[in-house]
Parts: sequence; structure tokens; C-alpha cells
Amino acid sequence: MRALYPFTAIIGQDEMKLALLMVAVDPSISGVLVFGDRGTGKSTAVRSLANLLPPMRVVTGCRYHCDPGANGSGCEECQERGRAGRLPSELVPVPMVDLPLGATEDRVVGALDLERALTRGEKHFEPGLLARAHRGFLYVDEVNLLEDHLVDLLLDVAASGENVVEREGLSVRHPARFVLIGSGNPEEGELRPQLLDRFGLSVEVTTPDDVATRVEIVRRRDAFERSPAKFLETWLPEEERVRAQIETARRLIAQIVVPDAMIEHTTKICMRMGTDGLRGELTLVRAARALAALEGCGEVDLTHITRAAPATLRHRLRRNPLDDSGSSARIDRAISELSGA
Amino acid sequence: MHDSAARTVTPALAAAIVAVDPIGTRGAVIKASAGGLRDRWMELLVRLLPSDSRLRHLPLNCPDERLLGGLDLVATLAAGRPISEPGILSQVDGGLIVLPMAERMSALSAARITSAIDRQELLLERDGFAARFPSRLGLVVFDEAHGVEERPPAAILDRVACHLSLDGCTAADLVSSYEPSDVRQAREQMAGVGVSDAIVEALCAAAVAVGALSLNASLLAVRVARAAAALAGRSNVTADDAAIAAQLVLAPRATRLPMEQETEEAQQQQPDQQAAEPATRDAADEGTGQVQDIVVDAALASIPPGLLAQLQATDRRRNGAPPPGRAGKPTKSTSGGRAQGVRRGRPSSRTRLSIVETLRAAAPWQALRRRERPRAADRIDIRFDDFRIKRMKQRAQATTIFVVDASGSSALHRLAEAKGAVELLLADCYVRRDQVALISFGGRGAELLLPPTRSLARAKRNLGAMPGGGGTPLAAGLEAAASLADTLRCKGQTPSLVLLTDGHANLDRNGKPGRGAAEADALAVAKLVKETAVQALVIDTSRTPQPQNARLAEAMGGKYFPLPRADADGVSRLVRSQRRGVP
Repeated sequence: MRALYPFTAIIGQDEMKLALLMVAVDPSISGVLVFGDRGTGKSTAVRSLANLLPPMRVVTGCRYHCDPGANGSGCEECQERGRAGRLPSELVPVPMVDLPLGATEDRVVGALDLERALTRGEKHFEPGLLARAHRGFLYVDEVNLLEDHLVDLLLDVAASGENVVEREGLSVRHPARFVLIGSGNPEEGELRPQLLDRFGLSVEVTTPDDVATRVEIVRRRDAFERSPAKFLETWLPEEERVRAQIETARRLIAQIVVPDAMIEHTTKICMRMGTDGLRGELTLVRAARALAALEGCGEVDLTHITRAAPATLRHRLRRNPLDDSGSSARIDRAISELSGA
Repeated sequence: MHDSAARTVTPALAAAIVAVDPIGTRGAVIKASAGGLRDRWMELLVRLLPSDSRLRHLPLNCPDERLLGGLDLVATLAAGRPISEPGILSQVDGGLIVLPMAERMSALSAARITSAIDRQELLLERDGFAARFPSRLGLVVFDEAHGVEERPPAAILDRVACHLSLDGCTAADLVSSYEPSDVRQAREQMAGVGVSDAIVEALCAAAVAVGALSLNASLLAVRVARAAAALAGRSNVTADDAAIAAQLVLAPRATRLPMEQETEEAQQQQPDQQAAEPATRDAADEGTGQVQDIVVDAALASIPPGLLAQLQATDRRRNGAPPPGRAGKPTKSTSGGRAQGVRRGRPSSRTRLSIVETLRAAAPWQALRRRERPRAADRIDIRFDDFRIKRMKQRAQATTIFVVDASGSSALHRLAEAKGAVELLLADCYVRRDQVALISFGGRGAELLLPPTRSLARAKRNLGAMPGGGGTPLAAGLEAAASLADTLRCKGQTPSLVLLTDGHANLDRNGKPGRGAAEADALAVAKLVKETAVQALVIDTSRTPQPQNARLAEAMGGKYFPLPRADADGVSRLVRSQRRGVP
């Protein structure tokens, strides 16, 4: 495994970094879409987030890394074993699973283990990427180029939190709940609306155009490439700080209060923006709460909602091709109008 | 110092730089026709590379099982257990892949290659195999396009450092003063070559000044400068090395000219204010400023001459956005139909057998079947029930070409509505995989405002302000549309044509005024459209329906709709409802 450029050494792109930290704190926000220019460190940021995640506790030997504490929501095997007594457990890194373009369906959902079937005539299920991503992250780079039938699969599993495989006489179901992260360049094509809707947050990244920032980016990348070990060591304290921040926020989040007035405010913003369905509101509350947790606040206030709103609502707005002001500008306008009123 | 910086970098030097650091520079894009000079350049590169370097040619739009790897069916059948076949991308670690005819490469192939390059690791998740292979590699991209419409995928161009054209080069430019031993030495020294802050600043400022905005351009320029310094036997990158990088990396990516150049070139358009600002501001700093001047000068000196004209033509559309797409090569991603999963069924001439899935279906039963038929125990026993066929996406890529009358008083309104309709259609086109193009005609001729695309982002960028008014060269507009439709059909797509107009044609095919000739020409071209059997739709936006528009529709063999007060919604609804009727 090659060394990953540290998350905290990425310059600028604050909205993207914050969105990723928010889903790291609260996976129920359910996903981040990062769309924007090439060379802005999208995939670097996503992959290096893995290094900041506190390890998770899993049932030892479980192929789906079930949570030993989750009664009844584990895989069939764990439920069986759980009835017999306490399950042995261990700490493992949170999975950050890449779904590469060109992956075949059998590797995504899992399939019959061909080797065992051919050599020994045994029917044995070989779990796929969805199983590997359970309780972690599933990352699709160039998500707008993903084949349609794989998109359908993802939508299906994301909706149910469960992967059901019925093929070649196999009948397997296992939990598959993951944070879906997608990145891409809008020039390559649009994203299907159903898939867009699956991402809790969406952020736009653009290339910085001031020379000073660009110089610093090039300098750091160069330093990293020339001596990765030394570079990582320099950034270790900063990485530790953010890792601790995530850990603290995760502990804190259950106790954070969302006052009724804030929920009302959220509803107003969503109504003003005309977003469809409740998902926008729900996600905005969760995102604001995650933001408060990251900042160590005990209560969600107006600023949390205001800052979480663009990423939460940007991709849920109805398109208005004749209004050329971007989605972000429209959200800002609505928020300032509401707080002025 | 200025002299050496202004000297054009020869293709031979570029080959030596790529040979020194094929992985860091990610290789080179060579614009040239096949054969002759290009072969010479390639021979030179191969001679300079260490003899054990890997080099593989990648067939155009190579299928995934060859590109990424998968099940080796022959070996699998012979061995009776699954055996994997390595993909090309997994076999070139440390070397170079040659991409011929890259201008015809699909965005999907490009994405697979760039993903392996970026990660420096190939992830294989196919046919039951999960593996990782190191894939630190560079590319030699052959761009054989004629004209600006066809280009290699932007994702590839963005990642490969050196861009050079062999147009106007002679055999003398391909004579290298470097020997393989120089390259070997430079490779050893590379790691120790220092790059001062002043050099990094100069390269970044030059990149911004010429509008090479992707950050990859600056990163790659630093690597090229370092390779150039190593090749010259220096332990620090000098202004000369940076100048070489500016010429090889930044100049070909230029999208604008810095301010100083304006008077010399008698530019008509105002270059972006931002463009020149950083360069002049930073120039206050003495040492840095001097290096910067050299680097910017070097970049300017080698901006290809044709680029200026090209910039003028496209600048209006660009709006200062980063320029990766430049021209609209259609992302023809599903040509020929892509597999859409498999189902049980019987193979025929119209369906394709999925061998892997068939094997997979047969696999579990082998032990059992072997017991039934012990005589054939060394073979895989496949029965009728095992057959799995690929579900292919049948529908060809559909492209709707809007032809919009931009003449007269209501032109701006009409064009705005057409743009709105384009965007509305694009907004839901992902589901249908459709593309949209926009041609406008007015003044003296027709112009392709939006090449076929299904990217809303690109459409928004290209559809900037648009001149209206002037005469009505209807024939020219239709002719442009017919020729685009023809091109698309040759690529196996299904074009359809939507004409939005309100008035009378008054310019003939050659742009000469005269109502009679203009209408006759328009009708003649309309008949041509009918010949091509392209589905056509004429939307009459005038207040009272015009009989000649109905005649035009008839001549095209298309439908006629009077739609006074055409709005974006109305137009897109109409087009959509018409499309549904297409088988």
C-alpha cells in the first residue's frame, strides 16, 4: 500500500473536508458527492480520510464485520452465534472500499466462489465489495461514468441496507450499510437524479486561482512525493488532532440538543428552497448536529444550520435552467432572507 | 539567458525528458499523423529508455477484460479451475503505455486508465477475482486528429505533462544530442535535484498567466523542470529548465495571453484582467520576477500560432472556466451497446453468450455431472440450462440538434428559450443517454454553438452570450445541421433535428441577400435533410404561422408546429413528446 497524502495537508477545499468529517462523525448522513475540477485533490481527500477514522469493533471472524453490540441487525451467522452467547470481538480499521470502474457485478454483490465450485464442487458464497464496505465507506471515483446496472444495484442496496443475492442456487442476504462517497467531473456527464438523491451532502470543488495558494499546493505535493515518510511525520500532530476531534465529536453527538426553533428554521429553509421530500430536512438537521459535535458545542444553533445548508440542499434544488445563479447562491439568498425576516 | 529560453524545445529533448522520468511526467501527447516523424520520435524514445523498460501498445477502446484483466477462459477450461488473465494496465509497472488514435478514445476507457495512473495501483474486481497490481506508469498518447473538433479525452490530456506537435518539424529536430547513458545518469540524479521556491512560484505564476489553470499543469511542470535539470547534469533547477517546462507543459495548455502581449498581437478581445495581474504584481520581487519573466516568455514563445485564432473563436464561450474540454468531442460511451447484465437464455445471432457467466452457472454441477458421465471427466460439462446471454443496450445514442434562427429582433429571446430547452432536455437526458447540440444561424452564416454533449456543465459554459440580428441564412443553418447529423449517423448514432425560426430566409447558401434565392436554397437543403431520413421538427415561433415554414417542414419530411411565445418548457415538452414516437 502506497503512502497516502495526509488529509490535513490538503490546502483549502474547506467545504469538501468539512463534509467528509461530518459523515465520519455521523454515518447516517449517508454520503458525500464531490463534484468539480480535475486535480483538486478530490480522491486524495476521500482516500486519506480513512487514516483519520477511529477503529471499529467487529465480531471476530465475521465476514461482514458485524457490530458485536448490535442485537439482531447482524448477518445470519452472527445472529445464530449470538444466541449461543457473547461473541468474541476485535478492533479493526474502518473499511474504505474503492469500487473501481469496470468492476463486474459478481464482485460488487458477491457470488459463488468459482474456484471452490470448480475444484471441489462446493457451493460457497464469496462476499463482494458491498460486504467489504459494510459499516464503512464505499467510494466510487468518476461516479458519473459508473455503468447503469451497477448504479441500480447501489440504489437498491443503499435503500434497504441489505444485500440480497439470489443466483446459481445460492440464497444469501447480509447487511450492507455504508457511507457512499462519489466524486467526478461534471464535464464527463450528469448523475442520475435517483443516485444524486442518495448523497446526503454534495460539495463543489474548484481550482484555486490565486498564485500564492497554488504555489503552496505544488510545494507540499512536491515535498510529499520526494520524501513521503518525512512529510507524513511533519503532519502527524495535525492528523492526530483531527482524529481526536472526530472521536470526541462521535461521543458528543448523542447528547447534542436540537432546539425546536432550529428544527422549525430548517423546515423553513427547505420550504423556501422547494426541496422535495423530507430527506433534505432530516439530513440538514443531522448535518448541523454533526457540525456542532465537531466544534464541541452542546446545542445546534443558527450558524450550524446556515453553514450546513449549502452542502445539504445544493443537489436537491429543482433545476431552473434560466436562473443562471448557481445553486449555492440561491441557498445563500434564501438563508439571508430568512434570517433577515 | 533570454535567448536560450526563447529557443523552441525540440521533440528530441521532450523524448529525453520522458525517458528520464516517464512516471513523474506521465509521458507525452504527440500530435502528428501516423508514420514518418512520429515513428522516428518513438524510436528515439525507445532508444533512450533503459533497455528493460516495459512498453505496451493499447488497442483503441480495448475491452475491460484486456485492459483491466479477468478470467482467462482458455486456461480456465484447460485447468478446470479459474485462472486469471492479467490486464494490460497491470503489466506495465515502471514503463509506458502507447495509446494510438487517442482522439477516438471513449471517456470510459480514459477513466480506467487515469484511475490506474492516479492511484499508481490497479484495482481488479472482475469475474470473481479481486487483486491489486502496482501501476506506476506513463503514457505516450498519439493524437491523430485533424481539426479542432476531435481531441483525446480531456482527462488524459490533463494528466500527461508534455504536449507536442510534430507539425512543421524536420528530421533534424529528431536528432538527439543525448545518449542512453545520459538518461541513465539523469535518472540516478533526479532525486537529488532541488527546486527553489522562486522556480515553483515562477511556474505557478506562468501557469495562471497563460490560463493553464488545472493544478496538474503546475505539478507536472515542476517535474518536467526537474527532469530537464537532471538531464543537463545540474543539481538545482534553473530558469532555463523552468523555461523548458513552460514550453512543454504550460504553453500547449494556454487558454489566454497575458496583458503585455495584447498590443503586439493586436488582440481584439480583452484578455482576462486576472490573467496578467499576478505576473506583474509578483514581478516587484526582483529575483523571482526575473525568473518569472523568463518562464512566461518561454511559454509565450511556444504558444502555437493557431491557438490565438482558436482562442478568439472560443473565448466567448468559455467565460474564464478551466478549459479541459476545449472542443466537444462527444462522449460516445455506449457505442455498440454495453452489456447490461446477463440472463438465462439461448445464444443466437442476435444475442451474445456470456462465457464467464455460463461457466459460473455450470460450475457447481461439475462434480455431480462427472459422476454421471465419468468418460468426460477431464472436461467441463456444460448443459443447455447453463447458457447465459448478455443483455445489451439496444438503443443507439440519440442526439437532438437544435437549429436556432438568431436573426432579427426576437433572436435573443428565441435563443434564450432554445438554450433553456437544451438545458431542460439535458437535465433528464442521463436516464435516456441522449445528447444535445445547438447550431445558430444569423448574420452571415451558421455556427456550432454547442457540439453534441450530454454534460449540462459543458452546455452552460458554451452557451454564453450570443450575437443576434442580421440576415437569415436559413440554408446555411440547415446545411450545417445536415452535415452534423450525417457525421453522427456515421458514428452509429440517431440524430434528430429541431428547427426554431420565425421569419423568412433572406440570405442564400453563399450569404448573398435575396429572398427568392434564399428560400429556394433552404428548400433544396431541406430536401437533402429528407434524403438523410433524419427526423425533423420545425417550430414556428412567429406570431402568425408562416406557410413557408410549413412547406419547409414538409420538404424535410418532418413535422410542423406553430408555437408563438415558445418557452423553454414548451419546446422541451414538444421535443420530448416527439421523441417518444421514435421506435
